[in-house]
Amino acid sequence: MSQFAVELRDVVKRFPNPGGGEITAVNHATLQINHGEFFSLLGPSGCGKTTSLRMVAGFEWPTSGEIFIDGKPMGRTPPFLRPVNTVFQSYALFQHMTIFQNVAFGLEMEGVSREETRRRVEAALEMVQLTGMGSRKPRQLSGGQQQRVALARALVKRPAVLLLDEPLGALDLKLRKEMQLELKALQEQVGITFIYVTHDQEEALTMSDRIAVMNKGNVLQIGAPVEIYERPNCRFVADFIGETNFLFGKVKAIDPDFVIVSLHGSERELVGIPLGKFYSGQEVVVSVRPEKMRIFDDTPLKIGVTPNQPNCFPIRIINTMYIGSDTRIVIDFGGGTQLKVWEQNHLSTLDTLAYYAPGQELWVTMRPENVLILPQEE
Amino acid sequence: MAAETSSVSPAPRFSLIRQLRESPHAQGLALISPTLIYLLFTLVLPLLLVVVLSFMTRGPYGNIIYRVNLGNYTRLMDTLYLRILGYSLLTAALTTVGTILIGYPLAYYIARTPPRQRSVYLFLILVPFWTNFIIRIYAWIMILRTEGLLNSFLLKIGFIQAPLDILYTPTAVLIGMVYEFLPFMVLPLYTSLEKIEPAQLEAAADLGARPFMAFLRVTLPLSLPGMIAGSILVFIPAMGMFVVPDLMGGAKTILVGNLIRNQFLTARDWPFGAAASMLLLILTLIFTLFYTRRAGFGEELLV
Repeated sequence: MSQFAVELRDVVKRFPNPGGGEITAVNHATLQINHGEFFSLLGPSGCGKTTSLRMVAGFEWPTSGEIFIDGKPMGRTPPFLRPVNTVFQSYALFQHMTIFQNVAFGLEMEGVSREETRRRVEAALEMVQLTGMGSRKPRQLSGGQQQRVALARALVKRPAVLLLDEPLGALDLKLRKEMQLELKALQEQVGITFIYVTHDQEEALTMSDRIAVMNKGNVLQIGAPVEIYERPNCRFVADFIGETNFLFGKVKAIDPDFVIVSLHGSERELVGIPLGKFYSGQEVVVSVRPEKMRIFDDTPLKIGVTPNQPNCFPIRIINTMYIGSDTRIVIDFGGGTQLKVWEQNHLSTLDTLAYYAPGQELWVTMRPENVLILPQEE
Repeated sequence: MAAETSSVSPAPRFSLIRQLRESPHAQGLALISPTLIYLLFTLVLPLLLVVVLSFMTRGPYGNIIYRVNLGNYTRLMDTLYLRILGYSLLTAALTTVGTILIGYPLAYYIARTPPRQRSVYLFLILVPFWTNFIIRIYAWIMILRTEGLLNSFLLKIGFIQAPLDILYTPTAVLIGMVYEFLPFMVLPLYTSLEKIEPAQLEAAADLGARPFMAFLRVTLPLSLPGMIAGSILVFIPAMGMFVVPDLMGGAKTILVGNLIRNQFLTARDWPFGAAASMLLLILTLIFTLFYTRRAGFGEELLV
C-alpha cells in the first residue's frame, strides 16, 4: 500500500472552447488523499471539482500532470481498468435491468462466479437497506432508493476509492440530511476512501474528514472542516463557507500575534489575527462571522466604565429577524458599513426588546481571535 | 371532476348538449371526429369491401358474381401460392435484417456526432425522397445491369474477369428493397440511440465493461425499441412491395404483392386478389404481434 489512496500531481485540464480557444477547467491542482479518508471537493459550479473527479475515474485525461491511484500512475488507463467506482449525479442506473442485475453488472464483468455474485449482491443490497427489492426495476423506486442502488452497485465491487459526484443533489432536503449521516456511517463501516464532490458547504462540513475548496479551476485551501471554517486562507473561502461580514482597511501595526487594521471610511480600528504575511500599510480584508460578535447595551459605559478590551464600538440596530433559535440582526457599524450579527436566544422571554428593535443605539464587541485579517485579492 | 360538478349543480340534467359538454369522453370523441370520419372512409369501408369481395365468385368475363364461395381461400393453399407467400416472407425478413445491418452503424454514428451536425445528416438521409421512387429504382438498374456502372468499375480495377449477373435476380430485389426502406429503419433507431444518456455508458465502463461489452449489455438493449419500431415500419410495407420485384427482379421473381396486383389488373380475378390481400394482412399481423411480443415491446423498454 502506498502512502496516498489518490494523488493529483500538478494536474491541468483544458477543454476546447466551442467559440474558439480553450477553457482551463483544472489549473495545476495538487492533492493528496489518504487511505480511508472522506475527502470532499467543494466549490461553486464550474470550479473544476467534477472534472477533477472524472479524471480520477478515467472519463477524462489530464492535459498535463499525473494522477496516481494507490501510488500507480494512471496515465491514459481507461475507466474499466481502474480500481475506482463512481456514484453518478444522475445515478445512471440501467433502466432495462432489475435492481439485482444492476448491482450484479460489475461483478459479472469481473467474471465472478454466479453463486458468489448472488451472495455479494444480496449483502450489498442489505447494506443499503434494500433487501427484497432485487427484482424491481429502477423506475419503480423512489429517488432515495435509486440513490442507494447506485451506491450498492459501486460498493459491491469493493473499490479502493469510491467517487461520488453530488450524489444527494436530486434529493429533497430532509432525505438529504438523512442520507448524509447514512453515507458517513457507511463510509466508516466499509473503510473505503470516499472522494465526494459537492457545492453544498454545509454538506461538506458535516461529512468530510478533509475538504479541498476549489474556485475557477484552482485548489484554494485543503483542510479539516474546522480549519476551513475558522481559518480560511483567502476571501473566497471565507465567503463561500458559511456566512461572514467583510470590512476593508489598511494594516496600521503588526505584533507577533495580532494585527491592527484601520478601517476605510471611519476612524475605527480593529484588532485581529493575521491569516498570512502582512506588512504595514497593506490593503486587507477583515472577515468576522455573524455568530462571533456580541451586542451589549451601554449601561456600564454610562457610569464611567471604559471597556478594557479592544473592538468595542457604538452601533445602531437597523432591523432584526426572530427565527426561533436565533435572532438575526443587521447593525449600522458606521462609515456606511452594515454588519450581520446572529445571537442565540439563550433566554425564553416574550419581552420583544430582548430581541432588539430598529433604531436602538447599542454597542458591539468582537474578540480579536474572531477577527480574521486576510490579504486583499486583486 | 366534471361528473362531480354536475352532481353538485342544481341545474336539470336532461339536456343532451349539457351532458356532452361535461363528459370528457364525449369531448375527446368530438375532437378526433374528423380523423375518425377520414379513417372510416379510407380504411374501414375499403377493408370491409375487400373482406366481402374475397368471399365472392369471379364471373366468366372478370366480373363479380355475388355468391358466397370459399374457393378463393382454398385455392390459395396451392403450393404455387404458398411458395410465393413463403418467398415474400423471406424477402421481407431479409430486407429487415439488411436495413438493421446497414442502418444501425449509420444511426449510431449520427447519434454520436455533435448536435449541429446531426440535423445535417438526418436531412441527407431524407434528401433521396425528393426524387421519384421509380426514377431511383431505374438508377439502381443503371448501376447493376451487366454493362452498368458497378460491373464496368469492377472489371476496370480487375476485381472480376466477367461481368456479374446481379440485375433480375433475388439479390437485386433485396438491394432495391433495402435501399428503399433504409430511412424507415435509421430514423427510429436514431431516436432511441440519441436518447441514451452518455452517463449510462460511463457507468458501464466504470463497472468494468470494455466498450464492446458495454455496447452489448447497455446500448443494444436500450436501442431495442427503436429497432422494433423500425422493423415494423420496414417489414410490413416490404411484404406488400411489388414495384421493386417488378422492375429489378424480372419475370422470375414474384412476391405476394405482384400476385395481388396481377389478380386485380391482369387476370381480372378480383375475388381471388382480395383473398390474397386478406391472407397477406393476417400473416403480417401475426408476424408483427409475434415479433413485438418476443422482443418485449413492453413499457419497461420504452426509455
